[in-house]
Amino acid sequence: MWWKLLILVVMSVMIVYSFITPAPQKIIGEASRIFYYHIPQAWISVLAFAMSMIYSIRYLKKRSLSEDDKAAATAGLGFMFCLLATVTGAIFAKVTWGSFWNWDPRETSVFILLLIYGAYFALRGAISDDDKRAALSAVYAIFAFITVPFLIFVVPRIIPSLHPTDSIVDENMKFTMGATIRIIFFSSLIVFTAIYFWMFNLTKRALKIKRHLLNEDI
Amino acid sequence: MPPTSAGLATKCLTMLIKDLRLELRDKYALNAVLMFGITTLAVVSFSLGQSNLPPHLLGALFWIIMFFSAMSGLAHIFIREEDSGTALALRLSAPPDAVFIGKLLFNMILLTVLTLIITPLFFVFTNAPVSSLGSFIPILVLGVIGLCSATTLIAAIIARAAVKGALFAVLSFPIIIPLLLTLVLTTQKLFEGSGVSNVMTELQFLIAYMVVMIVGSLMLFKFVWTE
Repeated sequence: MWWKLLILVVMSVMIVYSFITPAPQKIIGEASRIFYYHIPQAWISVLAFAMSMIYSIRYLKKRSLSEDDKAAATAGLGFMFCLLATVTGAIFAKVTWGSFWNWDPRETSVFILLLIYGAYFALRGAISDDDKRAALSAVYAIFAFITVPFLIFVVPRIIPSLHPTDSIVDENMKFTMGATIRIIFFSSLIVFTAIYFWMFNLTKRALKIKRHLLNEDI
Repeated sequence: MPPTSAGLATKCLTMLIKDLRLELRDKYALNAVLMFGITTLAVVSFSLGQSNLPPHLLGALFWIIMFFSAMSGLAHIFIREEDSGTALALRLSAPPDAVFIGKLLFNMILLTVLTLIITPLFFVFTNAPVSSLGSFIPILVLGVIGLCSATTLIAAIIARAAVKGALFAVLSFPIIIPLLLTLVLTTQKLFEGSGVSNVMTELQFLIAYMVVMIVGSLMLFKFVWTE
């Protein structure tokens, strides 16, 4: 229980400080405060999808439906955070680059991620048998994941990136951010990650209860 | 006992011959793919009218036609087994690897037939530069193999789902994007007059994609097939 209260306190302080401290980026100004929210969301979506992938592999090994429940739960959360990152990113892009959508490599890859997981949920919806759904969607998630290296190769050839690469660390892996900004950013990162695990835990338990009510062994 | 490589090759060939014989009986997949391809090509050609499109747009159009034609028929190979109730017998009588390779080869043959008919028609109907046809052939070959190697596993997946038709394109598209983008970029370069030596990196990319997709499919196929 205490850590939930801790999340509440840290999150509140983080939100307040993200608005009362000077803007993190001088040229962009006030709008750059979105960075405290946009990057943690993007990070959570990557983390959640990676977890989904791990649970998919574990399902194929162990054939236990609870692994599949976890894979689906974390994929759902990843999808939600991915949407949030896309929306905040689009707002940020409008302010800094002048249009909501530019097919920048990261925008392209986020779009493809949304497509993959959209397809993943479409597939899950189309199969009624539990074991069949678990196996087929796990296979699809893994198969889609192995195409990601190719995307990293091909997408930057279409349009050069507008994303800054030096906003967190520079070439020598030194932090480019000032101390205050760094503290707010990392506390935001940690608190968002904690919220993700909290939500994952809740979804996981809800699915477990659902299975229990349906009188199925897990 | 795992089958020896010679035994596996024979079984793959048996699978392929069985599927070809079935296909020649009703020609369902062939008709679907061919008619879809020709219809799309005609629509593209009509809507372009007399306008001379720049070569880089033609490359994109060509691969869009190819992608959707492939989507209309490549799933049939697995759907047929489920529909006719022969999947179970097949599962008992052949190892999963042989089933997969046999069906993959069948899809490649199907798509090759489509390409052999669509490509000349495409050059006739549009103002694509005929001089680039020679250097276009390796791209076509790798494109056909790549499309099949990425979609055959998806075909096996959707054959077991409730709604089959629409799901195939939805599931295949995110997987195919890197392939499709590279094919379009390469074709643009070729139509704009560069030779094969200028697109070596892209050719390597296409070969790598094909190998990874086939190996990944072979590893995952048994989970789809024997579930």
